[in-house]
Amino acid sequence: MTTTVETAAGTTQTMVLNMGPQHPSTHGVLRVVLELDGETVVKARSEIGYLHTGIEKSCEALTYSQAITLTDRIDYLAPLSNNLGYCLAVEKLLGLEVPKRAQYIRVLLTELTRLNSHLVWLGTHAMDLGATSVMLYCFREREDILKIFEMVSGQRMMTSYFRIGGLALEPPPGWLERVRRFIDMFPSRLAEYENLLTRNRIFLMRTTGIGILEARDAVALGISGPTLRAAGVAYDVRKFFPYSGYEEFEFDVPTRTESDCYARYLVRVAEMRESLKIIRQAMGKIPPDGPIRADAPGIIPPQREQMKTEMEALIFHFKIFTEGFAPPPGEVYQRVESPRGEVGYFIVSDGSAKPYRVKVRAPSFVNLQALPKLAEGRLVADLIACIGTIDIVLGEVDR
Amino acid sequence: MTEMPGVKQNPIVQRLRAWDENAVAEVSEFRGELTIVLALTRLGRAAEYLRAEPGLQFDFLSDISAVDRFPSEPRFEVNYHLLSISLRQTVRLRVWVAGKDPVVASVMPVWPTANWHEREIFDLFGIRFEGHPDLHRILMPDDWEGHPLRKDYPVEGFRT
Repeated sequence: MTTTVETAAGTTQTMVLNMGPQHPSTHGVLRVVLELDGETVVKARSEIGYLHTGIEKSCEALTYSQAITLTDRIDYLAPLSNNLGYCLAVEKLLGLEVPKRAQYIRVLLTELTRLNSHLVWLGTHAMDLGATSVMLYCFREREDILKIFEMVSGQRMMTSYFRIGGLALEPPPGWLERVRRFIDMFPSRLAEYENLLTRNRIFLMRTTGIGILEARDAVALGISGPTLRAAGVAYDVRKFFPYSGYEEFEFDVPTRTESDCYARYLVRVAEMRESLKIIRQAMGKIPPDGPIRADAPGIIPPQREQMKTEMEALIFHFKIFTEGFAPPPGEVYQRVESPRGEVGYFIVSDGSAKPYRVKVRAPSFVNLQALPKLAEGRLVADLIACIGTIDIVLGEVDR
Repeated sequence: MTEMPGVKQNPIVQRLRAWDENAVAEVSEFRGELTIVLALTRLGRAAEYLRAEPGLQFDFLSDISAVDRFPSEPRFEVNYHLLSISLRQTVRLRVWVAGKDPVVASVMPVWPTANWHEREIFDLFGIRFEGHPDLHRILMPDDWEGHPLRKDYPVEGFRT
């Protein structure tokens, strides 16, 4: 890393600077090795792995149901999206059909997850660029979403609420009323953030024309999610390969063509509006009662009531929690659209009760590869904006 | 897995076979997902063909995943999950790699996104990718010994 750069005035030495792994604007433990010529980034190399916890290896030692708890911890801003991807993959492996009611509740909660994640992104990104108040507003609304998660699952962040074949618990009475209150209030709050940022001159100067990633490069680098859609490519897994009943919902996939940091901001804000639309439709679709788990004895734990009256249910309960269940040998790859892009779960079964291999296609990991393309040749200050708009979660990058 | 008669009629398989009759070693389908096992030597050229050929246009490489089948031979499988954004179709490519000195051709010239995926597999499985310009560990520390996702590597690690 001691390359020199020839300039007209003579030979100058570039400087190597470590940004991170403990740097607030890297949103975690990302280390970027920067080669600087004055204020200009000549080379940016990401060093990752500081948060590597071996989740994929750990999954191989757990039963299919136990591994759900690890999927929360991959992307801690979108735990439900990861729960969903994993559960759908195992359900595909088993050939299970999930009841409609559970499907719609899953859709509703994953869209709330998208709002939750985008709010954290918006708040921290604006704060990186100097607009502190946005962060406080965003975290205020996020709190409401976390309270809804706590209401249905008992947990604010590591929900593990989606289970193989359905949901963990019957949602408590009054939870939909809580969701309704939130989505009635949210559009005005969204307008508030937009008031602060969309035509804010400082914000515009920090983001327009910065960090350009053309569609061709984005596709070649495997970029997905809002970062890809801001380059004009309308790839959204929810539309391309609908899952969990998304084909029954009406929503648009916002795209922009400017491919800069500002376009990525606009796409995410527009996505929040689309999520609201989906949540509203889901609230209308969720039947007031009905099963929340698939009917598959031996795979889905029986109800407590059944266990007290039926011998068979008791045996199944014992077997599920001592040995687990064994899907047929084979492998599946399940895509879902997380707030950051395409999450993919590749699960290999060898016919035993534990997954032979679980591979997580983490959008943050892939999207981070675009950083040199966005930042090289630009100022150090722009690098902060670039890292912000790729929207990485280091837990997901390192797994 | 046995080859089912239906998957032979799949247009992707037929076109690959018409292009090079030795490219496809085996085809299978499970839960509606098509897996094409390629001959290891044909991977690089087949990748280029699949990306560029009109009607196939697999321009988006979602993911590369390795699986260790220890102790059976060939020991490793490397799976490529491809997506065509314009045609909305997907396919899984697979190559089998021997356990002794495992080497696969890098697909970075075809899909630049393979860069970190291949580094990760090199790091965690110890499979080398020929033609990769920057192949070194990515998640584990540089001085780490062994490849944690191999099946003969214990979950709790080695005690020293």
